[in-house]
Amino acid sequence: MKPPHAKATAAEPSAVNAVHDSSTRSFYEADARARIAGLLDRASFREFVGPCRRMASPHLTPLDQPGAFDDGVVVGEGLLRGRRVLIAAQQGAFLGGGVGEVHGAKLTGLLERAVTERPAAVLLLLDTGGVRLHEANAGLIAISEILRATLAARAAGVAVLALIGSGNGAFGGMGIVARCCSAVLMSEEGRLSLSGPEVIETVRGVEEFDARDRALVWRVTGGKHRFLLGEANLLVADRIDAFADAVLAALDGLHESGDSLVALEREQTRLSQRIADYGDCRDGLEIWRRQGIAEPERLPLLDTAEFLAAAATRGTPCN
Amino acid sequence: METLRFRFDGRQALPAGEHHALVGVVASGNLEVLLERLPLDGAMEIHIVTAARGFGEIWQAVLGDFAARHPLRDLRISINDVGATPAVVSLRLSQALEALQESAP
Repeated sequence: MKPPHAKATAAEPSAVNAVHDSSTRSFYEADARARIAGLLDRASFREFVGPCRRMASPHLTPLDQPGAFDDGVVVGEGLLRGRRVLIAAQQGAFLGGGVGEVHGAKLTGLLERAVTERPAAVLLLLDTGGVRLHEANAGLIAISEILRATLAARAAGVAVLALIGSGNGAFGGMGIVARCCSAVLMSEEGRLSLSGPEVIETVRGVEEFDARDRALVWRVTGGKHRFLLGEANLLVADRIDAFADAVLAALDGLHESGDSLVALEREQTRLSQRIADYGDCRDGLEIWRRQGIAEPERLPLLDTAEFLAAAATRGTPCN
Repeated sequence: METLRFRFDGRQALPAGEHHALVGVVASGNLEVLLERLPLDGAMEIHIVTAARGFGEIWQAVLGDFAARHPLRDLRISINDVGATPAVVSLRLSQALEALQESAP
C-alpha cells in the first residue's frame, strides 16, 4: 500500500515514451524481475539458480502450501551502466518476501560469490518482512548466514548496497542485514525497521504504536525519516533509474577499507548520542522538529527534491 | 493442496523466442506460470500445484480453452496457484506466452 501522504506522480513530458522504457518505471510498483530488468543494462542479466531449476522450498509442501519456482528471490549477475554487479531481488508478494532456507541460501551464495569474483558491488533489492515464519529455524539460520556473508563481502572490499523502495520494505532480520550493508538507498515509499508496526502493536498495545495509522508508520519507518536519522545514505525518487543513479553515486563515494574497529566505535558513539538526543520522542515529527527543520509537519508532503532541500537546513543534533 | 496434470496434442510449433518465461507470483488469488520449451513428442504438458482442492473441472475448461486457442507443440507449462480465478489464469497464460515470444530485451 502507498503511504497516505504520497502525492500522485505528475506526468512528466517524457511519460508517453517512458511507457516502453522500464528504467523510468516506478520501483515501488515493479516486481522483483522488473526491478532487475529496469536497473541493469539491456540483456545483461544472467540468472543463477533460475526457476527452471525448481529450487523451491522443501518446507511448504508439508504445510500444504504451494512454493515458488525461485523461492521468492531472483539472484544473478549483470551490468549496471557498464559496471559488473551481482544482484538479488526479493519477490515481496510471495509470503511477504520472507526468508526461508532456499531463499536465504541463494542470497548467501550470491554474497559469497562476491568475495571470489570482486564485482563492483552486490545490490540487494529488499522487499521483505524478515524470516519466513513457515521455516522459522531454517530462516533464522539463513539470516545469520546472510549477515556473515554480507560482512565477509565488505571485508573483501566489495560494496554491498541495500535498495529499499518496495511495499514490504526491509524488516526483521533483513532490516539488520540492510544496516550491515555498506550503504542503504531508499525512496520515501520504502520502509526500514526491525519489528514491523503490526508486531509492535500486537506485543505492546495500540497506545505504544498504532499500526493502522499509515502516516505515523511512514513517519517512523519510511525513507524520509530513515534519511533524516542517517540510516539511509541516499533518498531517491520512486523511479528505477533514480535508484540506478544512486547506486553509482554511492559507489563513487564509498571506500570499503580502513580500520573497522575505529568505524564501529564511531558508530557506537553516534548511536549513543542519538538515543540521548531523541530517546524520549514518540513520533518522527518530534525528531524532525528537534533537528531544527522549519515546519516539520510539511515534510511528508514534499517531493524528493523539495524534501532534500528542506532536510539540508537541519542542524545538530543531526544524526 | 492438489496436483493436477493435463496433456494436449499440439499442432503448431512454438514461435522463436526465449528458452523459458516466468510470469505472475504465488500469492492469494494469483499464480505463477512457467513456460519451458522441451521436446514432448509434440504435446503441451501442464502441471499444476494449487492450494484450492476440487477445481479440476474448471482447470480442465480453462486450459482446454487455452490449448484450443494455442495448440502448441513441445511446451511444458508449470503452475503454482493460490486460488486464482479462471479469468486471472487465462490472462497469466496469455502473458506467459507473450513473454516467451519476446526477443531478448
